Amino acid sequence: MQIKNTQVLRTPNAPTPGRPVLFNPDICTGCNICVHFCMEDIFMPAAQKGALPTILYPEECWYCGNCVDDCPEPGAIALNHPLMQRVRWKRKATGEHFRVR
Amino acid sequence: MSDTLETADAEVWPYPIRYGQVKKFESDVVVLGGGIAGVWSAIGAARQGAKVILVEKTVTARSGAGGAGCDHWQWAADNPCSSVSPEELTQALIDNQGGYRNGVSTYIQCASAYQALLEMEQMGGKVRDVDDEFKGAPFRDDASKLVFAYDYDARFVLRVWGNDYKLLLRKECRRLGVKIIDRVAVTGLLTKDGETGAQVIGATGVNTRTGEFNLFKAGAVISCMSRPQRNWTFSSEMRGVSTFRPPTNVGNGHAMAWRAGAEFTMMEKSMRSPFASPYSYPSYGVGNAINTWFACNIVDANGKEVPWVDCNGEVITNFDQRYRPARGQKFFIMGGGSSSHPHPGLKEYAGPKLTPDLAERMEKGEFTPPFYADLTSMPDHERRVIWGLNVGEEGKTRIPILQTYSEAGFDPEQDMLQTYDFLRGSGMREPVTPQERTFGEQGICGGMVVDWDLMSTLPGLFGAGDLIYGSQDHSHAAATGRYVGRRAALFAVSQQNEQCSQEQIEAEMERVYAPLGNGSINGNPGMDWKELNAALCRVMQNYCSEPKNAELLDLAETWLDDIAENEAPKMVADNPHKLMRALDVLDILTCDRMIVHACKARKASNTHLHFNRLDYPEMDPPEWHKWITIRRDGNGDGNGATVGEMPIAPWGDFESNYQARI
Ligand SMILES: Cc1cc2nc3c(=O)[nH]c(=O)nc-3n(C[C@H](O)[C@H](O)[C@H](O)COP(=O)(O)OP(=O)(O)OC[C@H]3O[C@@H](n4cnc5c(N)ncnc54)[C@H](O)[C@@H]3O)c2cc1C
Ligand code: SF4
Ligand code: SF4
Repeated sequence: MQIKNTQVLRTPNAPTPGRPVLFNPDICTGCNICVHFCMEDIFMPAAQKGALPTILYPEECWYCGNCVDDCPEPGAIALNHPLMQRVRWKRKATGEHFRVR
Repeated sequence: MSDTLETADAEVWPYPIRYGQVKKFESDVVVLGGGIAGVWSAIGAARQGAKVILVEKTVTARSGAGGAGCDHWQWAADNPCSSVSPEELTQALIDNQGGYRNGVSTYIQCASAYQALLEMEQMGGKVRDVDDEFKGAPFRDDASKLVFAYDYDARFVLRVWGNDYKLLLRKECRRLGVKIIDRVAVTGLLTKDGETGAQVIGATGVNTRTGEFNLFKAGAVISCMSRPQRNWTFSSEMRGVSTFRPPTNVGNGHAMAWRAGAEFTMMEKSMRSPFASPYSYPSYGVGNAINTWFACNIVDANGKEVPWVDCNGEVITNFDQRYRPARGQKFFIMGGGSSSHPHPGLKEYAGPKLTPDLAERMEKGEFTPPFYADLTSMPDHERRVIWGLNVGEEGKTRIPILQTYSEAGFDPEQDMLQTYDFLRGSGMREPVTPQERTFGEQGICGGMVVDWDLMSTLPGLFGAGDLIYGSQDHSHAAATGRYVGRRAALFAVSQQNEQCSQEQIEAEMERVYAPLGNGSINGNPGMDWKELNAALCRVMQNYCSEPKNAELLDLAETWLDDIAENEAPKMVADNPHKLMRALDVLDILTCDRMIVHACKARKASNTHLHFNRLDYPEMDPPEWHKWITIRRDGNGDGNGATVGEMPIAPWGDFESNYQARI
């Protein structure tokens, strides 16, 4: 078996949950408004226009959604609930099950 | 969608570092904490013509428990549709807590919450159904277009569109000339001559991005820093920091006022509750029938409806009756029914709820889990008001629930949202362990003793909102903030220009910057803030949980002293953000000590305080029906407590005391 990317690094475990928000690089302008409105200050600002803010303290997120609500570019940033927090629902007529993705 | 963790520029801190640099500010009034109470205090003081500075640890535009929204404007008995007077409602709310609720601040709320809401409307907030979305609904007053919740006859709780209230309040502060200083964590209070127990004349703070030290000198100081959390339960690895209120609310206001010598009460109360559990679900994002989701149909796996009962235990057959008082009842307070809700309250004021014997009936096979909240079978206006107004305006729902679930395909007209309280179907699961307790996350909790001016036992130090052992509501924070701003401004006018004690300032700088001196964790025997927070929770779980006795509480104190002496001084911070987190954990330690002192001081068990002492097993002995107070003992190492007490209803006549001060 051939395994690609075999560069082996000494990396610490990542904090979890590690992806409280997802950026869309095609839409995000790097304006840093979300950085300003995040009350837990989990981001580091985008270094220059066009770059994305970075998530430095993902596990401190309160999942309030303010960064998404106050972002001026719809679709640039989305809230991403931890997997263990994603709930289910059932369609009454058919009994089909769905869940938060 | 992608994330940028991999591209993080790991090395360089993006903000200028100003450790040890001091910036000074002076004003008539300084407000500490820019949450709901804080912004309203600043507005109240500024309207009196005072020069006001507002200091906020995070970002005033959105900070605090109410920054992410508000859908219920609680206890507004002064609104024109309320059938209950402020006096009557205040007394009912106090009685419903067995007497253990701040009557002064609850009265201020009941008598002026609606006035505050009208001001909110003037600032641009939506407070009525101006778009006629709910025209003709039984919860709407068609003349005023106000919409109500819970008891549709009594009409003292309003439904409001509060998602953006905080943005508007900040704008109003700016319009009134309030100087807002964001990203500064207040660390301590300055007292006259630096003495414990003396007049409060200012505060200190540290910038959470630059590390700059700030000094605030003022004629009056208003503390609006909410209340302790993370005392029994802390985890950051499962769902993010596990608090109900924002993780940055850790009781800094309690800790610094304690250090300054102010008196506190009800610090012995804590509750078994899943609110701070790392296993809880997104708030308001699961099927249930309480609060935001009151009074949603709950059905079992086969679609069979769970019955509702009223306070007399009679099954409610008529849907509309879920929103009306029962036979012989004048009005009800909330409702919905949940097994682990703070405490059962008085039957007299109990609202309709799901049948309490659901668990037994399920075991007999009458109901089949899992259960679901079935919005599809609700009347159209009730479905639209729950999913759209309540879920949408309620804090942390606009994006996390309404938008996220909708985008994933949830349709309230077709879909039933699962409840995760499989056994009881009540919408709020039982804690996993008895040690899963909360102090300030949820429920009415202990705080700083205040008088009718909302001034503490230290002259010059005022308090409002969640800090002062009254209601735990947005409208309480608004009404008490609005009131205390005026009182503090009047006080400030008569004050001399006191000099700050240089010694006190230097000691505080040393305390604040200590974690920076401990270097990085790698290669150092230091400790990260998270590990210390978790350890403190362990102490409280083991020795200050239920039941309690003198020996357990002594061990709690021993452990806390030990950690304070040995591990806390080794806490490590290598940037201003982590410094803020480290200082927070030190304040959690202080709050834990206050809690243990109060637990030791109450030598009697008490139902309403969820307080069980094995060595004093008699429940609610009448001679202990009083408030226990504690304040820091200035002697010795200063970590002891002086214990006192207050009669259970020390506030006198509500109306005359209030009228004399507005
Ligand atoms: C998700 C959620 C939804 C809610 N929905 C409702 C509702 O619909 N109706 C209702 O009545 N109530 C609701 N509440 C409760 C309500 O939001 C609070 O009771 C109210 O916000 C309390 O106001 P406060 O100013 O006392 O505290 P907060 O609004 O929490 O403000 C405290 C402020 O102090 C700041 N602070 C803390 N420490 C420091 C420090 N050291 N230095 C400087 N600043 C500091 C914090 O950053 C924060 O901004 C909700 C709460 C939550 C968490
Ligand atoms: S996500 Fe939105 S607010 Fe944040 S930087 Fe991108 S465009 Fe600006
Ligand atoms: S959801 Fe809230 S806490 Fe999390 S990153 Fe966005 S603004 Fe910050």
